[in-house]
Amino acid sequence: MSKELIRLQDLTMEFDGERILDGINLYFNDHEFLTLLGPSGCGKTTTLRIIGGFLTPTSGKVIFDGKVVNDLPPYQRQVNTVFQRYALFPHLDVYDNVAFGLKVAKVPKDEIRQRVTEILETVSLKGYENRRVDSLSGGQQQRVAIARALVNRPKVLLLDEPLAALDLRLRKDMQNELKRIQQATGITFIYVTHDQEEALSMSDTVVVMDKGRIQQIGRPEDIYNEPKNAFVADFIGESNILDGVMLSDYHVRFFGRVFDCVDKGFAPNESVDVVIRPEDIDIVPQDQGHLVGTVTSITFKGLNYDIIVEFKGFKWLIQTTDYHPVGAVIGIRLNPEDIHIMHKSEYSGMFGDYSSYSAEYDELTEDAGDEEE
Amino acid sequence: MKKNNAVLLSAPYLIWMVVFTLIPLGVVAYYALTDPSTGAFSLGNLANLGMYLPVLWQSIVYSLVSACICLILGYPVAYFIAHCSVRAQKFLYMLVMLPMCMSFLLRTLAWVGLLQDTGIINTLLGKIGIGPLTMIRTPGAVVLGMVYNYLPYMILPLYATIVKIDPRLIEAAEDLGCNGVQVFSRVVLPLSVPGILSGMTMVFVPSVSTFYISQKLGGTDTVLIGDVIERQFKQGNNPNLGAALSLVLMLLVLVCTSILNRFGGDQEEGGVLV
Repeated sequence: MSKELIRLQDLTMEFDGERILDGINLYFNDHEFLTLLGPSGCGKTTTLRIIGGFLTPTSGKVIFDGKVVNDLPPYQRQVNTVFQRYALFPHLDVYDNVAFGLKVAKVPKDEIRQRVTEILETVSLKGYENRRVDSLSGGQQQRVAIARALVNRPKVLLLDEPLAALDLRLRKDMQNELKRIQQATGITFIYVTHDQEEALSMSDTVVVMDKGRIQQIGRPEDIYNEPKNAFVADFIGESNILDGVMLSDYHVRFFGRVFDCVDKGFAPNESVDVVIRPEDIDIVPQDQGHLVGTVTSITFKGLNYDIIVEFKGFKWLIQTTDYHPVGAVIGIRLNPEDIHIMHKSEYSGMFGDYSSYSAEYDELTEDAGDEEE
Repeated sequence: MKKNNAVLLSAPYLIWMVVFTLIPLGVVAYYALTDPSTGAFSLGNLANLGMYLPVLWQSIVYSLVSACICLILGYPVAYFIAHCSVRAQKFLYMLVMLPMCMSFLLRTLAWVGLLQDTGIINTLLGKIGIGPLTMIRTPGAVVLGMVYNYLPYMILPLYATIVKIDPRLIEAAEDLGCNGVQVFSRVVLPLSVPGILSGMTMVFVPSVSTFYISQKLGGTDTVLIGDVIERQFKQGNNPNLGAALSLVLMLLVLVCTSILNRFGGDQEEGGVLV
């Protein structure tokens, strides 16, 4: 049973009259790996900077271990930060960078040496003590930044898109590395990223944010399987999102057909968003299908094909391991557990239509290298 | 091909350098090493330099003191400018540059008017019953003249260095437990070293060879090496000795600046080193 360490209460933040955070309520447990996930400008970095003490919220409370710390400067907080692009001290070598916090805290010299040596071993940088930081690769600099923060044994480590500047392979390695370090040290990690895959694979808890508000909090599986609204469904993985009507518990109608589903508790005849994950759809011969559509494009993705199938003017993304040529007419079957129902939200109708599929994909790849301000 | 182009493009400056720097340097060296009366090779001029060592030493001390005062005065200004809004930075930068748009001679002469025994300051002081104070023809006046004239050369490289310090480094230091003073001493100051060295050099070099400031604001006991050199050419009519002094001064300046730069040898960040 872990205890609560940090609580954010009704946090709002405004810059020049623009609302960046809008009523954030969130708590962080001890020993937890929590990720703030969202697109650029969603307020995740702002939230992190408020916890770090670099920003003072416009209103609301930051509570650390039961004490309000709104006005506590960064150097008096028991948190350390791994900055975007590392912010290593260029005038110091690796050892002195890592030892920086301990020297400021006037830790005895022997202990500094021992702790720095130990932590450099943890991040696999033994033997790099006297190297200049600008002679290191991106991945090595990243690990110095992590060591520099961890060596102080903070209660909480804040990580602001720490892997954004690394290439894909290195990023995957570092994800595993970070998860391992977190489990080994038991330090609470608060991690900010716009990379949903990163968030899902590393976190105990994921907080999805958009427009300065929390959209959903949950375990990675829950966020993926039970998205709360069209934004979350679209941002986490791929989703086909359709208009439907919930006729009664376990029965939903869309595309003029009633399907069985596993959701209940909606008002009779409530308009809803229906989410269908592209990998959940079974392709069958057209005479056996619930719906029949025409393939309009196919893209090889390595593990599978992404095909776009048009049903009555609405295009779906389907992932399949079988090849279906453009123009082929196929049937699909949907099992009750493949259909997920959400209440209508402000995001309804904005996501989940693959009519402009290729454009959207281009945008995604461009986004991947982006960083939040 | 590319290399040839580069040579071609830099040719005008290279020619300029040869005609107006290298050849004159050669002439200086020639004069320094020849006998004034016979024109034969001689080390006599250099042998006579011993008596000017106190003046040389005095010049170095005055210049170093001026450079240090410039640093103490200039650093806070540069720091302040670097932390203003971009618009304010441009304005303040221009303000620092402004005195440099006026003639150096005029600026120094203006101080004569201010400092002399019957000058503006003493007149004002007299009205409230103080003074007159002896301000002109003192070492202080010479140092003041140097500081006043060369302060912009300190502020500008300092500003250029400080403004380039990544604000995230300061946040990182705060994050790692530094209070304001520690952030300054452990991060900002070490990262300013290139600017400090550059500024020191840019104040020291013109100060150590000046003669106008000491002539106008100094007295008989504040003679600087620049004055001595000037005298050799104009009144003493011994260009050979003047050349020898110039040569020694130049070597000395080179040694001083290289010591300064060696001092910060592992600093390559930013800085406008001359």
